[in-house]
Amino acid sequence: MALTKAEVEHVAMLARLQLSEADVQRYTTQLNAILDYAQRLQALDTKDVPPTAHVFPLHNVMRDDRIDPSMDREKIVANAPEEEEGFFRVPRIV
Amino acid sequence: MKLYTKTAHELHDLLVRKEVSATDLVKAQAERMQALEPKIQAFVTPTVDKALEQAALVDAKIVAGEAIGPLEGVPMAIKDNMCTDGVRTTCSSKILENFVPPYDATVVTKLKEAGAIMMGKTNLDEFAMGSSTENSGFFTTRNPWDTERVPGGSSGGSAASVAAGQAVFSLGSDTGGSIRQPAAFCGVVGLKPTYGAVSRFGLIAFASSLDQIGPFTRDVRDCALVMNAIAGHDAKDSTSAPVDFPDYTSLLGKSIKGWRVGLPKEYFGDGIDPEVRAVIEKAVKTIESLGAEVAECSLPHTEYALPVYYLLAPAEASSNLARYDGVRYGYRSESADDLISMFKKTRAEGFGDEVKRRIMLGTYALSSGYYDAYYLKALKVRTLIKNDFDQAFEKFDCILSPTTPSVAFKFGDRTDNPLQMYLSDVFTLSVNLAGIPGLSINAGFANGMPVGLQIIGKAFDEARLLQIAHAYEEATGCHSRMPELGV
Repeated sequence: MALTKAEVEHVAMLARLQLSEADVQRYTTQLNAILDYAQRLQALDTKDVPPTAHVFPLHNVMRDDRIDPSMDREKIVANAPEEEEGFFRVPRIV
Repeated sequence: MKLYTKTAHELHDLLVRKEVSATDLVKAQAERMQALEPKIQAFVTPTVDKALEQAALVDAKIVAGEAIGPLEGVPMAIKDNMCTDGVRTTCSSKILENFVPPYDATVVTKLKEAGAIMMGKTNLDEFAMGSSTENSGFFTTRNPWDTERVPGGSSGGSAASVAAGQAVFSLGSDTGGSIRQPAAFCGVVGLKPTYGAVSRFGLIAFASSLDQIGPFTRDVRDCALVMNAIAGHDAKDSTSAPVDFPDYTSLLGKSIKGWRVGLPKEYFGDGIDPEVRAVIEKAVKTIESLGAEVAECSLPHTEYALPVYYLLAPAEASSNLARYDGVRYGYRSESADDLISMFKKTRAEGFGDEVKRRIMLGTYALSSGYYDAYYLKALKVRTLIKNDFDQAFEKFDCILSPTTPSVAFKFGDRTDNPLQMYLSDVFTLSVNLAGIPGLSINAGFANGMPVGLQIIGKAFDEARLLQIAHAYEEATGCHSRMPELGV
């Protein structure tokens, strides 16, 4: 299943990446090479194989429902590219 | 006395005997670090001033007659993808160039508590994606054994700093081989612990089900000492393992007589450089001469590890890296006037090529219509790879292989071909997919470049991996050779 340029553009939109025409061209070629390589997985019959998302049989990890102090707002917004009165400022949305 | 050649345990003895002070150590280390930086370029952010302040505290303790721990006063370095309170943490990415975390990663807290002294943050492939440190968003680190060659990746700065004597030990992170491959290329000890043995809290996530923090050291004893400091359950990391952790030094020096050692035939095929193969075969003979029984074994799904990894890791990365949008921290594009274009331009300008390629690949593998064919399929094959190891460990105590198919390659050799670059991690990836520990030690040299021997074990079997590695080190003394750097 070869990946087309239009699909690469669609994926870039989903990933919120602005790509130039040259990027689209390059990624189409490179992603196709990697996906071709990945095709070899199809040779394996995995019908009855359960997926492994995590190597440990992890169950829900619960903590006590209590309120702990949180980090200072000042510290949190200190890294913001733009902040105003303790809020993150972004370009107009509507 | 050449302090930069010493291990942490040797320095500890000097400190206890008051032959040197922690301040002496930090000053000597800073001198070595600065003298070599133009040549090696291991550090993104040096923290020498803070190091001197910390050293003074350790010295005050020693003067007051208080006992000091084994890492107290020892200069070390941290890969720049682990958060350090008040110290810039960049992931070697333009998108995080000015990020100053307001907290420490758990490993950093633990090393601070152990009294180890951070000399600086080390260079990496951007967001730990790469096998040569050529993908750093800032500059390239050089291999101390031959500065025309790569130090490996992604923890290239951490490995090079230890090999060059710029730090006594360092921390790296390993998602598909990012500790073991640079350890092999730079001729130092590198351990990727069992998934969950070391907290990932404060490690800037790349592929969360594979990432694991571990040490680079000059010898195996130091590796055990650093593991003693950083391993353990952490309530802040929900994937941290709630198990009992051993004293990792407890088995050092014990005989490996009667050990059953497996050599997977799939790791000794055609793709391996003949000189690397010769060094590894000799290393295996040495292990045999120490009383271990060596036999061939099989990990039949090995050839599928690379495609599985290059679907799963990017899929997780595409999700983890969605947070870099220019809103709360990091770089923001100035040329956007609406929100969506701000996201798109910020990410396009802030991320490098390899990161974008993996985000694209991961987003595609997770997208509607392709999830079953790529992502789910890869998760199922991951199970088969894990089963291979489970079956092998029913018969064997550990598995030996080369860490990498070749020695460190030259700059630019593989940058045009991502798939070729990915192949340098072909022996290390399966270990991350199975969540088990893998240790790389220097096995010897091929044409003057170090060759890594990988020792793979069962989950939480690090102490025994260190035992066999230590036995090899004692028998050969390979670890004590350092590169000639003319400083």
